[in-house]
Amino acid sequence: MTKSAELLPVTVVGGYLGTGKTTLVNHLLRNANGLRLAILVNEFGELPIDEDLIEAEEDDLIAIAGGCICCSFGNDLMAALMKLSAMTPRPDHILIESSGVAIPGAIVATMSLLEGLQPNGIVVLVDAETVQINANDDYIGDTITRQLADADIVIINKQDLVTQSELEVLCTWLSELEPRPVLIPAQQGIVAIEAVLGATASPIKRTVSEHSDSLFDSFILEPSGAIDIEMLAKKLVGAQYGVVRSKGYATDVDGRVRLLHTVGQRWQISDANMLSKPGIICLGLKGHLQREDIVKLCRSLSLVAS
Amino acid sequence: MNPTRPAATHVAVRDGKILGVGALSELEPWGPYTLDETFADKILMPGMIEGHAHTMEGTLWRNVYCGYFDRMDPDGNVWDGLKTIEAVIDRLKEAEAKLADQDAPLSGWSLDPIYMNNERVSREHLDRVSTARPIGVLHASGHILNVNSKALELAGLMKPGVNHPGIPLGDDGLPTGELFGPDAMTPVGSHVGFDRSLTDCDEQGLRDYAKLCVRAGVTTSTDLAARLSDDSVDMMLRVTSENKFPARIVPLKVMFGVSPKEIVEYVVKLKKRSTDRLRMGRIKAVADGSIQGFSARMRWPGYHNGAPNGLWYTAPEQMKELYELALQADVQVHTHTNGDQATQMALDMLEPALKAHPSPDHRFTLQHCQLADTAQFRKMKKLNMCVNLFANHHFYWGDEHYRLTVGPERAERMNACRTALDTGVPMAIHSDAPVTPLGPLFTAWAAVNRITASGRTQGEGEKISVDEALWAVTLGAAYTLHLDGEVGSIEVGKKADFAVLTEDPTEIGGQNLKDIAVWGTVQGGRLFPVDGL
Repeated sequence: MTKSAELLPVTVVGGYLGTGKTTLVNHLLRNANGLRLAILVNEFGELPIDEDLIEAEEDDLIAIAGGCICCSFGNDLMAALMKLSAMTPRPDHILIESSGVAIPGAIVATMSLLEGLQPNGIVVLVDAETVQINANDDYIGDTITRQLADADIVIINKQDLVTQSELEVLCTWLSELEPRPVLIPAQQGIVAIEAVLGATASPIKRTVSEHSDSLFDSFILEPSGAIDIEMLAKKLVGAQYGVVRSKGYATDVDGRVRLLHTVGQRWQISDANMLSKPGIICLGLKGHLQREDIVKLCRSLSLVAS
Repeated sequence: MNPTRPAATHVAVRDGKILGVGALSELEPWGPYTLDETFADKILMPGMIEGHAHTMEGTLWRNVYCGYFDRMDPDGNVWDGLKTIEAVIDRLKEAEAKLADQDAPLSGWSLDPIYMNNERVSREHLDRVSTARPIGVLHASGHILNVNSKALELAGLMKPGVNHPGIPLGDDGLPTGELFGPDAMTPVGSHVGFDRSLTDCDEQGLRDYAKLCVRAGVTTSTDLAARLSDDSVDMMLRVTSENKFPARIVPLKVMFGVSPKEIVEYVVKLKKRSTDRLRMGRIKAVADGSIQGFSARMRWPGYHNGAPNGLWYTAPEQMKELYELALQADVQVHTHTNGDQATQMALDMLEPALKAHPSPDHRFTLQHCQLADTAQFRKMKKLNMCVNLFANHHFYWGDEHYRLTVGPERAERMNACRTALDTGVPMAIHSDAPVTPLGPLFTAWAAVNRITASGRTQGEGEKISVDEALWAVTLGAAYTLHLDGEVGSIEVGKKADFAVLTEDPTEIGGQNLKDIAVWGTVQGGRLFPVDGL
């Protein structure tokens, strides 16, 4: 394994109070499917974890069925992150549930100061019913706007509480944000784990889990030979392909195997083990994920046409 | 402060309490007595009360003092203020030479380049002290840390490509060694002797802090943002119960990383463990950041230099939940608000909470509350709130506020003591030690004169009289803590807590208040001369 492949991915889940962050976290824990997820929450106040999931409880740590853990970091996120990355066995993925007034970009910047961690996107939840009201609030309006500006993915939660036309207005409003995030409508925090966390540690071994909402679609893109991987990444984040997240390996034009990783409009390429099997899992909303176009794009960027 | 006996020649003390005040003949009927004439040529005033400070000042003194102003340490040595960065480097070199352990970090504190033409301090400066041992110097604000190359190296940050808003890079692409804000400071702090638990003083720090109290004439002090973990409560109970411990400490548990429900339940339990010299059971909430750090929440038109609005440290809804639960449980909350929007938020959240849980004598207090306008003071009055204003701020940062952060008009309104008193809001004034030195007489001087470091008077109309200022650092502060029935004045039945002064503050003139020498204190009838510390 190369060093980059050993990095521990960290996803930040932000959003104002009452947007459903805790519900989402519980949903992810129920659907972790063997992924050893470490969840960091600001505080344990109202118990953030459904009781039936809890195996054991200590002061600032809750052990959860299936090898996941949940820790409260109080005022010291850095110490909690250092502790988690030193843990054996190490968790597969860290998810930080930020406080309602936190600016998620600031958390990512700070987390980047620690070695061994890999930022894995910012997911911001909004309450479909209240977000536009809150965004105009004297006190918290600019906080909400700053949170949204940092988002790679915006989950529009509680969409069942608004009408279809209200939802459309909201989507238009959110699409005008700069930079434009990927929008995912949801209710009761039910979103495919892959959308929130990205594809898992070994993407090609797994397929997208059964979605309780069947909102998502995914497929594995298998380049037939060397490909201009940077160009692929840049294109793949374009709105027309409908990709929420993608992750996987491909052989680059210089013959090196690289790991490609996109979330929303952000992409990243890093060196990978030469033995990693090529294959990139692409995930998007059903009806929006343009599988054929993506395959065509891939062909056009391949050095050896198949 | 005693309406019946505003001034007197004698005070009788029994069992640590005041038996009576007046002429000797008035006190004689109490029975056999010993006449102690130790203070015959001294002035006794009520023991002063610091309503907003942090006992960590005691711990900080074990580091090298790098401040601009002369400052007295717990042992009574006055450290000269350092006027140039060269002088700071020299003092650090001196301290470095005395460190026996080769790898031990060297830590300094209270640096303030604002007074050195805002010259940037970099790792190259500190590398001149040592390249082998990690060095860190904390700024007076507590929000900036300067470190040397070794410290960055130990933290894994001595590399190109560091991308963080709190970590500026030099022309060489490497961090300059300036770390802004707790997020940037934390990963390096632990390598230079400043870790997260810094805000909690340790055992020696608490004893040293109490010595500073005696030197400042303080007999009761808050510790305004304590974490109060089980261990630290045990330690504080043990240390404050020592026979020679000279002060009453009032620690407030700070709401960081705990939910409103948890913290209220926690302090209700803590309250029961209180002793005479350790008073627990109150909460400190933090609404926003600081004005000079541009993290305070401002109403329109915002910062004078156009900086974006600051940050909420607690969401409005959470504040409301805290107020409601605290009112229900009869727990007092002190709320840090610096910007005027933060103050407004606290007012807006308390009003409905009070309607739901009426509590006529709650005395919820706004701490700092530096930018409040007259309408906000009127609202505080209506809501039965108290305020504790940061009167020292004018002196230390007033020029910065005038020039940069809020501009002339609002700088003159800052810490509006006159308006607070005129609108009838019970008021205290504070030092926020270690941000500024512990010293209520200095704080009183600042409120009376409103002079900035450059010598300008800022906000003539907000000056208060000497008597009002002395009230604010005694009964005023006691009132904000529900302790006005016990301390804050020399009256029969109250604690025998006195500040023993060499001159009479009511006669010396307002401009000289800060220069009054303190003989020591009497706390619970026990004598603590500064010479005996």
